[in-house]
Amino acid sequence: MDILTLFVVVPVITVLIMVLFTKDLKQARMVTLVGMLVQLLMSINLIVKYMEARGSGNHAIMLFEKNIPWFTEFNANYHIGVDGVSVLMILLTTLIVIAGTFVSWKIEYLPKEFFISLIVLATGVYGFFISLDLFTMFVFYEIAVIPMYLLIGIWGSGPREYAAMKLTLMLMGASALLLVALLGIYFTSASGGQSPTFDVLELANRHMDVQWQKIFYPLAFIGFGTIGALFPFHTWSPDGHASAPTAVSMLHAGVLMKLGGYGIFRFAMFLMPEGALFWQDFFLILAVTGVTYGALSAIQQTDLKYINAYSSVSHLGLVLFALLMINKTAWNGAMLQSLSHGFITALFFALIGMIYGRTHVRDITKMQGMMRIVPFLSVAYVIAALANLGLPGFSGFVAEMNIFVGGFLNNDLYKQILTGLAVTSIVVTAVYMLRLTGRMIFGPTTKIYTNLPKAYWYEKTAIALLVLFITLIGTIPFWWLQFIQDSVNNFIQPLIK
Amino acid sequence: MMNEFSYLYLIPLIPLLTFIFLGFTAKKIKEPISGYIGTASLLSIFILSLYTAYKYFFVVGLVDGKYQSIKIMLKENWIHFSDKLGIDIGLLVDPISVMMLVVVTTISLMVHIYSLGYMHDDTGYSRFYAYLSLFTFSMLGLVLSSNLFMIYIFWELVGVSSFLLIGFYFEKPSAVAASKKAFIVTRFADMFFLIGILMVGYFAHTFDFETLNSPSTYETIQNWIANHQIASFMGISVFTWALIFIYIGGMGKSAMFPLHIWLPDAMEGPTPVSALIHAATMVVAGVFLVARLYPLYFHVEDGFALRIVAVVGAFSALFAAIIALTQEDIKRVLAFSTMSQIGYMMMALGVSGFNGHEGLGYMAGMFHLFTHAMFKALLFLTAGAIIHAVHSNYMKDMGGLNKYMPVSSLVFLIAALAISGIPPFAGFFSKDEILTAAFEYNIFIWLVGFLVAGLTAFYMFRLYFRIFFNKQPDYGDHKPHEAPYTMLFALIFLGLMTMIAGFIPFSELVSADRMPFHSHIEWTDPLVIASILMAASGIGVAYLMYYKETSYPEKVATAMGKGYKWAKNKFYIDELYIFITHKIIFEHVSKPIAWFDRNVIDGFMNLLGLTVEKLAERIKIIQTGRMQDYAMYFVSGVIAIVMLIIYFN
Repeated sequence: MDILTLFVVVPVITVLIMVLFTKDLKQARMVTLVGMLVQLLMSINLIVKYMEARGSGNHAIMLFEKNIPWFTEFNANYHIGVDGVSVLMILLTTLIVIAGTFVSWKIEYLPKEFFISLIVLATGVYGFFISLDLFTMFVFYEIAVIPMYLLIGIWGSGPREYAAMKLTLMLMGASALLLVALLGIYFTSASGGQSPTFDVLELANRHMDVQWQKIFYPLAFIGFGTIGALFPFHTWSPDGHASAPTAVSMLHAGVLMKLGGYGIFRFAMFLMPEGALFWQDFFLILAVTGVTYGALSAIQQTDLKYINAYSSVSHLGLVLFALLMINKTAWNGAMLQSLSHGFITALFFALIGMIYGRTHVRDITKMQGMMRIVPFLSVAYVIAALANLGLPGFSGFVAEMNIFVGGFLNNDLYKQILTGLAVTSIVVTAVYMLRLTGRMIFGPTTKIYTNLPKAYWYEKTAIALLVLFITLIGTIPFWWLQFIQDSVNNFIQPLIK
Repeated sequence: MMNEFSYLYLIPLIPLLTFIFLGFTAKKIKEPISGYIGTASLLSIFILSLYTAYKYFFVVGLVDGKYQSIKIMLKENWIHFSDKLGIDIGLLVDPISVMMLVVVTTISLMVHIYSLGYMHDDTGYSRFYAYLSLFTFSMLGLVLSSNLFMIYIFWELVGVSSFLLIGFYFEKPSAVAASKKAFIVTRFADMFFLIGILMVGYFAHTFDFETLNSPSTYETIQNWIANHQIASFMGISVFTWALIFIYIGGMGKSAMFPLHIWLPDAMEGPTPVSALIHAATMVVAGVFLVARLYPLYFHVEDGFALRIVAVVGAFSALFAAIIALTQEDIKRVLAFSTMSQIGYMMMALGVSGFNGHEGLGYMAGMFHLFTHAMFKALLFLTAGAIIHAVHSNYMKDMGGLNKYMPVSSLVFLIAALAISGIPPFAGFFSKDEILTAAFEYNIFIWLVGFLVAGLTAFYMFRLYFRIFFNKQPDYGDHKPHEAPYTMLFALIFLGLMTMIAGFIPFSELVSADRMPFHSHIEWTDPLVIASILMAASGIGVAYLMYYKETSYPEKVATAMGKGYKWAKNKFYIDELYIFITHKIIFEHVSKPIAWFDRNVIDGFMNLLGLTVEKLAERIKIIQTGRMQDYAMYFVSGVIAIVMLIIYFN
């Protein structure tokens, strides 16, 4: 079996083992962990293989391609392949799931089902990142989104059914738009006596009619954008995250929300370049609004998860903003920001879960002086906050700098001014992050929470793993950029002709 | 040539490793081991820095009458932006970076030694030394940076070290608030800095200092400006705006009006930190930044941006000196004094020319940076010793300390004489050269500088007399005592430096065009005599008012009326900021946005959901409950929409 399909098969095997053989929490988490460690080895192997292939002069757009007919009657194939960006996204997914497993180490309610849903979700994500066929991609996309409903609805907290319903319905609504766009692409590709196709690389050669691009591009953009927290379609995110269990928030904000930017990059813009340029200025306004609006909203929040949700609106707004800038530097930044936000936000949600698990409170005004009570978690929270506000040495900085420089390198005053507006977010982010740490982490210790347990080893492992990668991106960005650049150079071609 | 200084990466690297080591072991390694580790690491780079200075100025020395600018590339394209732009990690060795190496390592070493005593028995002892190493690393990286983006990286890192150290006593709400304020105010300034960097990158296609400062670059820019009259805003070309934005970044770090509000509050940090970061090193980063890009500032559009530097500097110098007259907390007096003296340095850069003796202002600004670092660190460290002895920051709790703390009293006197500009102490030489340069530039700027010199002498001796003489409060059983020997060592060392630093022939070493020139004090020059007299009269008035307890201070304060009240309340600038941020931005921007999001946007989504639900009630009929049917409806609906769109188009 080829190394890419394994990414989908191994999780399925893991799920099967779990369904058949595991009984309790201990076994379920062990199986999940082993399964994910296998995935990690596979991810590392993939990176090595990828570097070898590129090193030996293989400059194909996609590596390790496989094309197996699936639904021959309408020409949908199981066509897979990866390039630099997908390789990194797969690594991100693996690491976040591993961290999520550690964070859910003590989950009590239906542990087996919980881990199964988690892995199914991850399977969908893996499939999405390796798909080169719109149909296959959409199938995997839905596989990733649907377990979310169960995970929030069953293991969530607060108004979980409302939140799960809202999240699922909004994402489903967006999927419908996306499906319209995908089918549009499919049907219009039939011109010139050729049969219609879902194949991405094939579609790129056929060059979709410009009129159609203008109609279907915004649908695809909003369809993908909704899951990427595009303003004003982001409101599922605060409620959804607030109710979701920790590992689910981590995976959702850390990985699933990245599908939006990735989809726009890989499919929407690549297949509909003229449409993208036509709608560029309009969506840029939405993206910049999201960046500043998300940050300003976050100032007013007192619930840790809401702060983080709005922070995500702002930071993922930057991903969309960078993609819409349509130049290589900004796109490098968009991909780095996807990774960076993935790790940082997963770290945040992990910490929020750990703190909430101890205090049963998420309101920052009700906590104080946590530094003395849970020092490890507090230090980690400060690190996460500093990484989130773009401190050099952490991943956020290098990603944002690529985005800002890229935005500013456009020979267009309008885009430069918008970049200036986006830059203001670095100040606002500092305001809400420091407000949070000032209220919750620092200050005199309150009497209410004095005897809380210190961080456990599995919690420390999850945190250390995430911090490690945040620092690795922040200190050796060139290593990560070599993967990204290679992919960006190919996929930006249709847009900068 | 290139390899001669290639060991230089060790200078920032050693404190970085120390930070990482101490950071990870902060809980296991106890006092005093962590302090010794930190101090030993600093001592090693202090020696390396002195060696570098010796080698740079005297072994390599002048080549064709010019000091060399040497670049050591550590990692090219750390981030690759485009074919022309990228962030390189490199070290730049030239007179000002070598000078800063000496300043930073000297003061940092003294602060490390001093803190062995000062931080004794503090629960955060190891953490303190870890942070000090982090700061030293960041500051050394900043001064050695070879390009604009790299300096921005370290700029942010010194910002965060400052944040961590101001908030060192994190259980104290005022310290937490102060650290937050410092970070956010400087971040606001850094936003402009970043935009300035983006503009420079866009217009000049490089971030590299050597390239930016080369004649060919600024000539190209000059030509570009001449040919693109349209690329201007408010009559100033975009490139000058870029330089102004970069300067705003410098204003934030260097606490220039109106971005100074964080500095007085930053005194919440431990006093050695105030001496190191908020007096001697980090706060002069803005001055260093202008000096670093000086050829560009000087040549682009006839130095328009430099005029702004001069005016902002002069105004801040006067503004801060006036506030310093009225403050009661000794650390705040010193903080405003720092702001005032940095204003002086900015002013010196602003009034300077470029070549040879015309570049006196630049040289004097750098010289003042050097001497100020010594005597202001000394003042802060002495203040720390005093606070340690009386357990209060306020002058009312001090007085008559001369007999209890004779060494502190003596070194404080030396530092106070130096900052007042009394020969032969260090401050006199640098200050006098600034005034000379200002006089040649503009009589008003000089007048401001001259007035500030008098005010400085007055408020420093107000401080000196009130702490060490004047009325003695009741100290009770705990008589104040002299500081321990570790602290005294640092005080005495810096005291000696303050006495001799003025005799360094600075103009032979540091100049705007890197070519040495000769400057000496003309003792019969009326300007020199006037400035000494001004300082002496400031001291004289302070003596009359404060040597013994008198009723003059009260009378003067009453006579000044509103003016005194305004100055004492720092001209209500903080209140203005609070009004803008809390009342306007939080209340009238952020809050409505949050409300809008929860009620309008989300409300719309909920309404949509509700409508669908109601609609569904009506068409329940087709709800078969079979998944396949739903899937079929979904897909056929979508296909129908696509078909409709295609058909009607």
